[in-house]
Amino acid sequence: MSALVVNVTTRQRVLGWLQPHRIVLIAIALAIVVCAAVFMRWDWIPNYAWLAVQGIWRTIWLLVVSVVLGFMLAVPLGLVQVTGPIWLAVPARTFCTIIRGTPLLLQLWLLYFGLGALFPQFPWIRESFLWPYLRQAWPYGVLALTLSYAGYEGEVMRGAFAGVPRGQLEAARAFGMSRWKILRRVWLPQATYRALPTLAGETVLQLKATPLVATITMVDIFSVSSRVRQETFIVYEPLLLLALVYMTITAILVFLFRKLEARIPARPG
Amino acid sequence: MLLRGLVNSLIIAAGAFGIGLLIGIAGAFGKLYGGPVTRDLLEVYTTLVRAVPELVLILLLYYAGTDLINRLMDMLGYPPVDISGLAAGIGVLAIVQGAYSTEVLRGAILAIPQGQIEAGRAYGMSPWTLMRRITLPAMVPFAIPGLANLWLIATKDTALLAIVGFSELTQATRQAAGATKAYFTFFLAAGGIYLVVTLLSQVILARAERRTRRGMPSFAGSGR
Repeated sequence: MSALVVNVTTRQRVLGWLQPHRIVLIAIALAIVVCAAVFMRWDWIPNYAWLAVQGIWRTIWLLVVSVVLGFMLAVPLGLVQVTGPIWLAVPARTFCTIIRGTPLLLQLWLLYFGLGALFPQFPWIRESFLWPYLRQAWPYGVLALTLSYAGYEGEVMRGAFAGVPRGQLEAARAFGMSRWKILRRVWLPQATYRALPTLAGETVLQLKATPLVATITMVDIFSVSSRVRQETFIVYEPLLLLALVYMTITAILVFLFRKLEARIPARPG
Repeated sequence: MLLRGLVNSLIIAAGAFGIGLLIGIAGAFGKLYGGPVTRDLLEVYTTLVRAVPELVLILLLYYAGTDLINRLMDMLGYPPVDISGLAAGIGVLAIVQGAYSTEVLRGAILAIPQGQIEAGRAYGMSPWTLMRRITLPAMVPFAIPGLANLWLIATKDTALLAIVGFSELTQATRQAAGATKAYFTFFLAAGGIYLVVTLLSQVILARAERRTRRGMPSFAGSGR
């Protein structure tokens, strides 16, 4: 019985969405896609398919690593701004302001070109075991994206930590929980729930920031499309396909975050 | 050289923000009061622009835009024009900003107590007068926090034009740094300049917000 009801409502919803003008619009969109497939040049795809797959993998890897590391940095950054002593809160706030106040491209170039030019001047860095890594581009890309995400998210987490009702924390303290346990069991989970919708948006923004690493010679999907453009002199097709790839990844991200949000025992209030 | 780059950056940011605001006003009104087709098309526009990285959009619009205009000129029998980097940059960023400000302004218009608009309509105002006298002034306090964020994003997005070779602040810094080999110093200096611009804008915008919110209950806004 309930399945039947659900069926009817989804059918009604689909019909309500599928109004006549939408059918026309969808037809036009399909026509454009078909025209693009027929009249544009796609013969370069097989040559670059493997490179593109590697590029997409690199983009997703970069996104996941920088988001995870950035979030781990953002939690203490937000926490010390809410409850920490002043000698921790002020540097945290300064860090967030600096990151949020300058373009990511500039931060990236500062790290890659600036530090990259600075490091070789110190012999002990050149002799250390880290040197083989420091000569490549990806550590700088990961570092810049991580710091950027941490800066923005530190601010978000500050608001989220401050937004958890006092009574919750007082109740936890009344149970005799230690400060660490309060953070782990009550404060952090509730703050994360609150921040989750914002975090979803910020993660999409982070995805849209990843192509910048192509400027420091990292081979992500964006730089693969630039390479196709330079080698075959085909301008639009790779860019259009690139836009499609990013839209797909965005859609997957939004879907995953919506699943995550649905798992939360939500009781707004 | 850095100062010239800064001036270029600020001109682009201001131009893109201004034109984006006009697109935003038109878009917000279209989304709220337009017909079903207008609404769907605007929805497609804002979704597409916000789902694709700015960098890809800039490349796509930069190449496609100049190409299309030249073909159009060709068809009309004019010689091809050389579009300046400045105009192209402003145009491209304005389209990006327009999508975001459409959403900000739509929210702001929805936040106006609807009685005010109904009262205006009851006075027999034409839709144009209604927009000019009531809707736009009444939505300003709701829109300012979102628009302030957009302005800060605009100033930082100008850095992306460095990729298409336009000589704004970041690109100028890179050239200067490349010429003198003092990468670290120059990038730090440019970072400082951006930071000063951001902080100054924040002070001015906070003052503007306080001014427009006179006599209204307070709330806090934040975001990217």
